[in-house]
Amino acid sequence: MSSPAEAGSSYDGLRIRALNKSFASFHAVKELDLDVPRGSFFALLGPSGCGKTTTLRMVAGLEAPTSGTITLAGQDITDKKPYQRPVNTVFQNYALFPHLDIFENVAFGLRRRKVSGVEAKVKDMLELVELEAQARKKPAQLSGGQQQRVALARALINEPEVLLLDEPLGALDLKLRRAMQIEIKRIQTEVGLTFIHVTHDQEEAMTMADTVAVMNAGVIEQMGTPSELYENPASTFVANFLGQSNLIEGTVQSSGSDVVTVDMHGIGVTIPAHRAHTDGGKGWIGIRPEKVLIGAAGAELDAPGNTIPGGVVSDVSFFGVSTQYLVKMPWGQELMVFAQNTGRDPIFRTGESVELSWRPEYAFLLDHAQDVKAGAEEAS
Amino acid sequence: MAESRVAAPADSGRRRGLTAYVLMAPAVIVLGLFFVIPFYSLVAASLYDPGGSDKAGWDVTYHFANYWEAIKLYKGQLLRSLLYGGAATLICLVLGYVLAYAIAFKSGRWKSLLLVLVIVPFFTSFLVRTLSWQLILADDGWVVDALQFVHILGQDDKLLATDFAVIMGLAYNFLPFMVLPLFASIDKIDPRLIEASSDLYSNPITGFFKVTWPLSLPGVVSGTLLTFIPATGDYINAELLGNTETTVIGKVIQLQATNANHPHIAAALSMILMFLIVAMVLVYVRRVGTEELL
Repeated sequence: MSSPAEAGSSYDGLRIRALNKSFASFHAVKELDLDVPRGSFFALLGPSGCGKTTTLRMVAGLEAPTSGTITLAGQDITDKKPYQRPVNTVFQNYALFPHLDIFENVAFGLRRRKVSGVEAKVKDMLELVELEAQARKKPAQLSGGQQQRVALARALINEPEVLLLDEPLGALDLKLRRAMQIEIKRIQTEVGLTFIHVTHDQEEAMTMADTVAVMNAGVIEQMGTPSELYENPASTFVANFLGQSNLIEGTVQSSGSDVVTVDMHGIGVTIPAHRAHTDGGKGWIGIRPEKVLIGAAGAELDAPGNTIPGGVVSDVSFFGVSTQYLVKMPWGQELMVFAQNTGRDPIFRTGESVELSWRPEYAFLLDHAQDVKAGAEEAS
Repeated sequence: MAESRVAAPADSGRRRGLTAYVLMAPAVIVLGLFFVIPFYSLVAASLYDPGGSDKAGWDVTYHFANYWEAIKLYKGQLLRSLLYGGAATLICLVLGYVLAYAIAFKSGRWKSLLLVLVIVPFFTSFLVRTLSWQLILADDGWVVDALQFVHILGQDDKLLATDFAVIMGLAYNFLPFMVLPLFASIDKIDPRLIEASSDLYSNPITGFFKVTWPLSLPGVVSGTLLTFIPATGDYINAELLGNTETTVIGKVIQLQATNANHPHIAAALSMILMFLIVAMVLVYVRRVGTEELL
């Protein structure tokens, strides 16, 4: 069936190769390569306009690629019509059929494919999403969260090779969103299908997905497990978009096979070689605010890293579980520090002199050519 | 301050009730004067003693036989009116649906202009437009010549003064009444629903019949009613584009009320036509079940 030239013929997941999409004057997706393993929960994360929804729509067949191929379970589906693909979508605003009741909405795909045993299958599916009692209601009579579950059931019941979720929780309020995140994760584990989840919410992507691909301006910036991305970001965009980062200018002094030594405003700091993502002479030293330790000037800090003296607290925000400090460093930059309120240390006040420190294994080094503020505004 | 705030809801509730009556009053008065009273006199006229005359005066004698007389004499014209109206409505539905669909989904920035073009014929009088159809369809006009040339029409065939001309005239004149409500309904359909149907294994044809068509039914119902009712009562098209064999009930009513001076027959025919249309509309709306729609 599959020709030998077919790139994805041996791969059983979703494979995207050199995918491009241009609109009139806008290059939405650029030379995208992506492998989504079968059965995984995959998140495409990025700010609005980064090309993630366009990518999803091309997988669904709702948008035709300008160039490139999409293969699914070894079959080239690039030119297939949406109704010919074993792919179903949970749309952003659910797109439930208002003239059909919940039962018929869920049964829609089965009826079009003339599958037998529709009644029993729909009943099972409604049970899975806990909507048995609503079967004869119209979508408009349901709450947002319930409509969301109908949309999920309507797509899931067809047992697609890949289920696409386009910002499925965007219209829900925060509390319901958290509950649905857990619910969708549970269902994915239960049915074992491949899920591709498009979202701009980094917390959502991190809590739900096995693998996250961070997308920006039409390309994938970095891909990995949520903890890999968070702990070892490879670009300033990922460092700023996923959580918050302190990025400090530094000059590389020596690059060994294990560690890279960087001069940071006169202080030598070391960074593990696998966490250094630059070859150049200059770089951005990155450290997450919760990895930074804070202590009174002259105090012994419980860290084997370098101590950076001369900080002055310029802002204190008390959150209860933690305190967020802004500390003005001698070179003029303000660094952010999250300190757990363990009660061991006093809470510093604005104007107090402090020292900062961190364990070298938590720091990372990024390419100085990248915009230090990339991704900071898009993350909200 | 606090007191007035507490009192506000009850007060504004009463105010709202009063406002509703005030707003309804003009329409109620107009309808009362210009619909209920004439309707009453129409019912009364349909029950006149047939022996009356303008000179001797007309008496309401509850002469229900007027109805049987009217049906017996003019059932042919009644049936013809309904057939003409039905055929014109069907043609309008097919043409109008395609047009409304194209304007709603495919016209892009030309949408408003196209909508205006649909209404443009209304800027000229109904009568003038129908008269110009006489010229277009005339036996020695270019349409007939062209159709005869390509042998769609035989040398002795004609268009003017046929059933075809009457139905096409009706369809032409009432098309905007079909297009506008259809457009309003189709334009409201979220294109994402059509994407969703396609995502759920519907090819474009199934998608149309399972999603687009049912969602446009409110427009279909109002469009067909707005076309069928006036088209059935119209007699200008039959008069100007038809022949002596295409007389419709509207013309009969007019002649009976004026020239023939039989107000009781004219009134009875009006009542019959009205009953027929109301009955058909009720069955139709019930069958389509628009109250189920949103």
